[in-house]
Amino acid sequence: MLSIKNLHAEVDGKPILRGINLDIPAGEIHAIMGPNGSGKSTLASVLAGREEYEVTQGSVTYKNHKLLELDPNERACEGVFLGFQYPVEIPGVSNLYLLRAAINARRKYHGEPEIAAIDFMKLVQEKIDYVGMSMDMVKRGVNEDFSGGEKKRNEIFQMLMLEPTLALLDETDSGLDIDALKVVADGINRLRSPERSTVLVTHYKRLLEYVVPDRVHVLYKGQIVRSGGPELADTLEAEGYANLETDETAATS
Amino acid sequence: MAAHQEDVEALVAEREYEAGFVTDLESDTIAPGLNEDVIRFISGKKDEPEWMLEWRLEAYRQWKQMKSPKWPHLHYAPIDYQKISYFSAPKSSAGKPKSLDEVDPKLLETYAKLGIPLHEQEMLAGVEGASYPRSNNVAVDAVFDSVSVATTFKGKLKDAGVIFCSISEAIQEHPELVKKYLGSVVPRGDNFFAGLNAAVFTDGSFVYIPKGVRCPMELSTYFRINAENTGQFERTLIIAEAGSHVSYLEGCTAPQRDENQLHAAVVELVAEDDAEIKYSTVQNWYPGDENGKGGIFNFVTKRGDCRGARSKISWTQVETGSAITWKYPSCILTGDDSVGEFYSVAVTRGMQQADTGTKMIHIGRNSKSTIIAKGISAARGEQAYRGLVKILPSAANARNFTQCDSLLIGDKCGAHTFPYVESRNSTAKLEHEATTSKIGEDQMFYCLQRGLTEEDAVSLIVNGFCKDVFKELPMEFAVEAQKLLDVTLENAVG
Repeated sequence: MLSIKNLHAEVDGKPILRGINLDIPAGEIHAIMGPNGSGKSTLASVLAGREEYEVTQGSVTYKNHKLLELDPNERACEGVFLGFQYPVEIPGVSNLYLLRAAINARRKYHGEPEIAAIDFMKLVQEKIDYVGMSMDMVKRGVNEDFSGGEKKRNEIFQMLMLEPTLALLDETDSGLDIDALKVVADGINRLRSPERSTVLVTHYKRLLEYVVPDRVHVLYKGQIVRSGGPELADTLEAEGYANLETDETAATS
Repeated sequence: MAAHQEDVEALVAEREYEAGFVTDLESDTIAPGLNEDVIRFISGKKDEPEWMLEWRLEAYRQWKQMKSPKWPHLHYAPIDYQKISYFSAPKSSAGKPKSLDEVDPKLLETYAKLGIPLHEQEMLAGVEGASYPRSNNVAVDAVFDSVSVATTFKGKLKDAGVIFCSISEAIQEHPELVKKYLGSVVPRGDNFFAGLNAAVFTDGSFVYIPKGVRCPMELSTYFRINAENTGQFERTLIIAEAGSHVSYLEGCTAPQRDENQLHAAVVELVAEDDAEIKYSTVQNWYPGDENGKGGIFNFVTKRGDCRGARSKISWTQVETGSAITWKYPSCILTGDDSVGEFYSVAVTRGMQQADTGTKMIHIGRNSKSTIIAKGISAARGEQAYRGLVKILPSAANARNFTQCDSLLIGDKCGAHTFPYVESRNSTAKLEHEATTSKIGEDQMFYCLQRGLTEEDAVSLIVNGFCKDVFKELPMEFAVEAQKLLDVTLENAVG
């Protein structure tokens, strides 16, 4: 599904990713953990195509595409979804309007006709129930006057509507109460299938109690310093990120 | 980051001006220049009564003493009023056609091309490819250069007691109404451009809604400038008697030319007790090219008088065209409990400049006004919101709410806000909110990440920004305004 080779990226001339190697097979959920500033969010943003990050080396293969050569909207239409850490507000544009535009953009990209209004509304009705949002909420402006938790629910709602093949969730769990966390976890689990993959960028192990990942990777100073099964998250929780310094030395020597 | 901002700028840098064609027909145009003989000529062409000519000449004498205003935030070379031709009419319109069959086919073709159907049957059927509100419930007065060439649905309106005709015709047919109301809201000496208009106005629309009548259809005027080196000076007068209601729309386009052309209009509205006038404009005059060559100079005085108690006047404007826009649709809230509203979206791109806003003059008790102004500047566009809210001592419990929002696309454009407030009654309550924002990187990326193209993303964000104004437009107009905005901000690279 996704194969990252020796990926280097910088912002304003400052290197952030310093040689990432990572393979995510179809059907798997991988968690990327690490302390603040280790490059977790940068990795998600680079994969989604955010322009302020400059890729200086390396390659990324997604399905049969050289991912880095696609425009951000092309990546989206090919099934890459980024769940934002800080979803923006777009005043005056309803959530539904944006979603319908998003669905139709995909359909157009694949040479398919636009979604019928009635089919769209059926889909909306089905998915809002999963995330505990009301019709009134999704008719409001994109994230307008939403609380932090509501914004994250909305990201999951959008993900369920768009059914991506590769979901990159950037700290979707941060700042959530337990109910919202369960909603987010439930949304991720619902999309779990042999043809989809998910990357969970997270600071804490909390989400991983509800979504059991196939693999856990630790990102530190722009490199993956340790990889393992779900139990690695427990180790990190117990030991913290303090021992990474030695890991890094080990990895590079 | 910088690279991305440039992309957004490129998106709005160029666009096609679809209405920029010229209709090739023989016209009757007088030589450039302005003097009393020219005014006599115009008046004579229209077979006007003596009182009308005298009114014009007096306006001209006043105008000669006036100077063009220096206070607007606009930069342009001085206009030579002797180099403009003050009258141009298609030759075929001499002896005004009685029916559409007599109208020059080239004129009909022009309006068809602009998407404005003048055949009532076609309007009922809807015309393919029309870019103007398509509805079977809109009557149209079509003004071409200096003359009105056709007015539709006059019969149906007459049955309801509504008078809808060109101002020239009203001077002939309803002199008592014209005499009573012309210049009663915008006096001849009001300002430089209004004075010029009073002297040389050529055509425009006249609307009279009798007492208690709800106008059975939307009324609209479509202004088209075609001839070279001519100015268009139209004059519109709308009178809503007690308890009546009317919704009026106007649209405007002009050919793409390298020279600037002057458009100086005056619009006067009068609303008696409990009457309501809703006046909507979609202004799409040729804006000039991206280097500022050509385009219409749009100097317009629009004012409504809420004369009666509980009367209401609502201005909604979408201003996307013109090289220069100088325009402040205003309300004089004379009647107790009267209501004035101003909803505006103005777009300046390329080298366009706009100094626009409104004036709300509160005289009556409990009078209320609302101002929502949205300015969008792109490329090297410059825009100023200029608004006056004035509360006179008589206006106890007057209320005003003002909201001005500016959206900047790129970093070479400008937005300025000049709000003036004069309150002379301590019971008045005034609120003012203003914001300036840029189309955010974050908003753009969010939309792109959801699969939208850059063009669609800009369009979506801008339309969201304008929503509060668009929702005030009549349905068909709202759709057209949205499309026009999309075209205005369209990427030529596509």
